[in-house]
Amino acid sequence: MSVLTADNLIIDVPGREAGSPLNLEIRPGQVWGVLGPNGAGKSTLIHTLAGLRAPRTGQLQVDGNSLAAMKRRDVARQLGLVFQEHHDGFPATVLETALVGRHPWLSPWQMERAEDLAFAEQALEALDVGHLRDRSVDTLSGGERQRVAIATLMTQNPAIWLLDEPSNHLDLHHQVAVMQLLAEQAAGGKAVFMCLHDLNLAARWCDQLLLLYPGGEACWGPADTMLEVSVLERLYGHRLVTVEADGAPVFVPAR
Amino acid sequence: MPGSNPSRPLLLLGLIGVMAGIASVSLGSSAVGLLDTLKVLIGGGTELQRTLVLELRLPRTLSAYAVGGLLAVAGALMQVLLRNPLADPYVLGLSGGAAVGALLAMLAGLAGVLVSGSAFAGAMFATLLVFGLAHGRGSWTSSRLLLTGVVVAAGWGALITLMLAMAPARQLPGMLYWLMGDLSHAGNPWPALILLFVVCLLVFPLGRTLNVLARGPLQAAALGVSVRPLEWLIYLLASLLTATAVTLAGSIGFVGLVVPHMLRLVLGNDQRLILPACALAGGALLVLADMLARVIIAPEQLPVGVITALLGVPTFLYLLYRSR
Repeated sequence: MSVLTADNLIIDVPGREAGSPLNLEIRPGQVWGVLGPNGAGKSTLIHTLAGLRAPRTGQLQVDGNSLAAMKRRDVARQLGLVFQEHHDGFPATVLETALVGRHPWLSPWQMERAEDLAFAEQALEALDVGHLRDRSVDTLSGGERQRVAIATLMTQNPAIWLLDEPSNHLDLHHQVAVMQLLAEQAAGGKAVFMCLHDLNLAARWCDQLLLLYPGGEACWGPADTMLEVSVLERLYGHRLVTVEADGAPVFVPAR
Repeated sequence: MPGSNPSRPLLLLGLIGVMAGIASVSLGSSAVGLLDTLKVLIGGGTELQRTLVLELRLPRTLSAYAVGGLLAVAGALMQVLLRNPLADPYVLGLSGGAAVGALLAMLAGLAGVLVSGSAFAGAMFATLLVFGLAHGRGSWTSSRLLLTGVVVAAGWGALITLMLAMAPARQLPGMLYWLMGDLSHAGNPWPALILLFVVCLLVFPLGRTLNVLARGPLQAAALGVSVRPLEWLIYLLASLLTATAVTLAGSIGFVGLVVPHMLRLVLGNDQRLILPACALAGGALLVLADMLARVIIAPEQLPVGVITALLGVPTFLYLLYRSR
């Protein structure tokens, strides 16, 4: 259980003047969604929160410890992320790829133990890729590769989960399955923070929303207060139509 | 990886190395029979046999083993560092720097240890040059390191050609032999063998971190690896191994490229297994190649680099052809 806090954080987007400083507290049990048009800085924000990129100004802390001062290994025990792109320099099997997630938990002299293997296998099953365990990752479809990446994060088992468009490449069923899994993880005490392009996934599964505008302004809060049609229309620069389905509003882009 | 026993392939490769070594000390322009060789190795044999096996062939065979192992491990490290399966120990211009050093010494009329020392100095200079230039002003990436190295290597190539063109005719054969790799002046093999052993010990605790690095620098950083220091460590380590190998035997091509590839095809890409396996297989391969170089047109010798290239070129083309 860890809390990630950002104080007066301004992310470093090249060529951008400034932006509104972010003051976030990402707590266990929360599911955050980040919405914004292309180039608004969603990925930059995720990378900054993970400590992989220095912010222009501001402080990041995990449970009160400055993220920049922590050892990478300790950071990786608290906080993990799924990248938008997956680079496989050398072919590896699905199981090997997931097992890499145990790295921060093992000392240099340790081999992976049976329990690490169990972690990875369980994660692969949870993401419905257990049957692919011996396949080489470079033979997988985009959606399968995406699920292996999420399984790697699950194997890493950090307290704070950062995900850059986790629904990328996923078919309809697996989009819902992944969202369900993330909601369950949050219910079990994890903090989930993800960029999404699908408004309706965000509306349905996130309890906190952060809207990022191209100029760098941002606003955030509980999801039900953020999902105003006029606000979302301004965010994307596109008119939206709201319909009611399954007891909740669904946003459809107007033609 | 879990489930498989890593010691079996390593034992097998070690055994192949020992057999190659025995063959190498018994064969040559005048062969010593297998039984006689074994007798010599356990302390018997005639005076002539003892001289031939223990004083002439054994140091050379050990040198070949060390050089092959060093080159293969350096190649595997460079491939992980640059995340480029086509990288080899020489890709960053190291052999070029060593060659310029060695040829300059030869042109100056020096021989023996002075040529080796000059080659080592050239290799370390090339390493630091690329290290400094790739640092540059902007952000450091492995593609930037690769480009810097390749361009510097082209510069070395031009200098080598210039020196060959200007060299007196009687020095040319020695220079060409050095450039193609030649173990006949290898000298004391022990420093290189000890370095190889130490690196294999280092590699185990480093191995899993290298596995993570092979998944890309961002993913590695996200999994708790301090990427930048690790990359410089690998770069300097691989450079040291290559410089040591080049100093002993000139620039021998293809061992560092082909051995890691062949092993990955069979054993997968767990660095904890691949790196020691490279040391053993690279050593065995170069011992065999050096033996062929001594035997094929005995009593004349071929540069061993010719043999490794003749074996390496078709193997590499085959690998390239079947990869996507």
